[in-house]
Amino acid sequence: MEPIQQHEGLVYPINRSNIDTDQIIPKQFLKRIERQGFGQFLFYNWRFHDDGTPREDFSLNNPVYEAASILVAGENFGCGSSREHAPWALQDFGFRVIIAPSFADIFYNNCSKNGILPIALKQEEVEAIMTAAESSSYHLTADLEAQRVYDNQGFEASFDITSYMREMLLNGWDEISVTLTHEDKISQFEAARG
Amino acid sequence: MGRPQTIVEKIWDTHVIHQEENKPDLLYIDLHLVHEVTSPQAFEGLRMKNRKVRRPDRTFATMDHNVPTIARHFISDPVSRKQMETLYDNCQEFDIPLADINHPDQGIVHVIGPQLGLTQPGKTIVCGDSHTSTHGAFGALAFGIGTSEVEHVLAAQSIWQARPKTMNVKVNGRLSPSVTAKDLILAIIGKFGVRFGTGYVLEFTGEAIENLTMEERMTICNMSIEAGARAGLISPDDTTVEFLRGRRHAPEGAAFEEAAASWKALATDDGAAYDAVVSIDAEEVEPQVTWGINPGMCLPVSGTVPSPAQAETDAEREEIERALDYMGLEAGQAITSVPIQHVFIGSCTNSRLSDLERAAEVIRGQQVHEDVRALVVPGSQTVKQQAEEKGIDKIFTDAGFEWREAGCSMCLAMNDDVVPPGERCASTSNRNFEGRQGNGARTHLVAPEMAAAAAVEGRFTDVRKFQQTPV
Ligand code: SF4
Repeated sequence: MEPIQQHEGLVYPINRSNIDTDQIIPKQFLKRIERQGFGQFLFYNWRFHDDGTPREDFSLNNPVYEAASILVAGENFGCGSSREHAPWALQDFGFRVIIAPSFADIFYNNCSKNGILPIALKQEEVEAIMTAAESSSYHLTADLEAQRVYDNQGFEASFDITSYMREMLLNGWDEISVTLTHEDKISQFEAARG
Repeated sequence: MGRPQTIVEKIWDTHVIHQEENKPDLLYIDLHLVHEVTSPQAFEGLRMKNRKVRRPDRTFATMDHNVPTIARHFISDPVSRKQMETLYDNCQEFDIPLADINHPDQGIVHVIGPQLGLTQPGKTIVCGDSHTSTHGAFGALAFGIGTSEVEHVLAAQSIWQARPKTMNVKVNGRLSPSVTAKDLILAIIGKFGVRFGTGYVLEFTGEAIENLTMEERMTICNMSIEAGARAGLISPDDTTVEFLRGRRHAPEGAAFEEAAASWKALATDDGAAYDAVVSIDAEEVEPQVTWGINPGMCLPVSGTVPSPAQAETDAEREEIERALDYMGLEAGQAITSVPIQHVFIGSCTNSRLSDLERAAEVIRGQQVHEDVRALVVPGSQTVKQQAEEKGIDKIFTDAGFEWREAGCSMCLAMNDDVVPPGERCASTSNRNFEGRQGNGARTHLVAPEMAAAAAVEGRFTDVRKFQQTPV
């Protein structure tokens, strides 16, 4: 996967909590057997009318957000279904960083396997970013190495991430290759249990 | 005797392959369940790197999400068909046992695992599906994973996991008659919210839990994920052991007795410490109906739809407003005043034989309301056959229900079983998210009995009143 160390980008705010993976990518698009090409279906039922025309009232359709690569949302982002199609869609659409006060476990994990950096910040910090991004074209930098997020107007926040996930994302490692270096231990474990 | 331990600690400690500082543990996986939707990219990943499946014998696949529930041998959607063919080909190539669409064992992955005795206490079980928590009913540590992790488990029969925190969800006292496991889990999520379990494994304990049958326990553990918990479980006891006796993949004879003893020894020790505890009184639980767009937005059937004015925060107010708008409901409206157009009895939460039996008891001799289309979708081909042997299909069809083939069906409406925009469904499934049962569809989660009663009345009604009505 593509490593991520520092990322600077335009912020797209979506001020809702409990955004579930059914909203991120509805089930009708889960039938494909590829990993690519899911971006066009991101937030599909929010972005499009039944006849496939874009909904003007949904902000992601606003051309000002076309280049957005940092998503900021409310609590419990990515809850519900385990579908990895959700991070695939976000990434394919152009998002590399997601900021929220909290994430659902499976989604959080899935992000880290796809070179997306999920950042949990304090509620007030998320609100500050949300407000800034709602009122103007707002850019942030996420620095994974230093575990902090900042803008050029003095906002700064630090975040936690496990050292394991941090390493994975910084290096873009293929986790299976790492695991298979322990293959002898897996075999020993199996042999010991019969 | 060592320090008292929870079942989660006991299972964890016997499955750690490798431990290193500042890293999650490498945990061995005993059973990997696979279905057609979350696996194709994982198999493709193996092929690209020239890897094989480490333990096909610890892997089991079925087709459920996408399968038609009528005319099952003709899949009209070419993309769906392709996905099922891909699973078939992958299982052939990697030598994985598969209950495909033509197989008598086919069914929803979380229904057939327990039914075949693949699900056993003490096992670590994963599946590319968030409702894998269902298998926790047996005292297994079972959780959903993403497709990258599916690929990882296929290749390495293991997964990197941080030791989870544990939460005791204590259910005191007994459930009232006619209040079901579904009502209990909805009430728990209603009380503590859709995030309270995030980062924890929930262990359900207490008298009300001990009194549940295995199928009821599966309903409880199934919905742990709706509380944010990746896994939920219940310590094994005699009920667990007796359910497994004689199942195809369970040990036999003396080996079974030996296994049974070790299973029961897994139960959480008296005095073991949890990281958190919550409790609820079973007596206070009434039949539940969800009114909103997540499972925590639920009400007792005697209740009224909440008002944005009740909200404590702006975010909460907006959430209620959005839910009312999507669901087409008015604040203060009695939930029993809401007419429905669809009833769905099925899904990995409530599609087992006892679920269908209990719903059939309500429906016996009654007719589905003329404005309602009602569907029963058994969880597996075996459940379907057992129900037919008992004449349960007849009770449903006589009442005007459609009796379908096994699959996920209207739980996520990936096949043709879809609720049209703006229409309302009383559903025994587990998610009332926007668009879950169809774009614009309005889902109300209920127990099978409540769904059956709603089918007859054409609106929500207290099934207890219904059950007292002489027929
Ligand atoms: S029945 Fe519904 S929740 Fe269960 S596995 Fe199928 S789609 Fe998922």
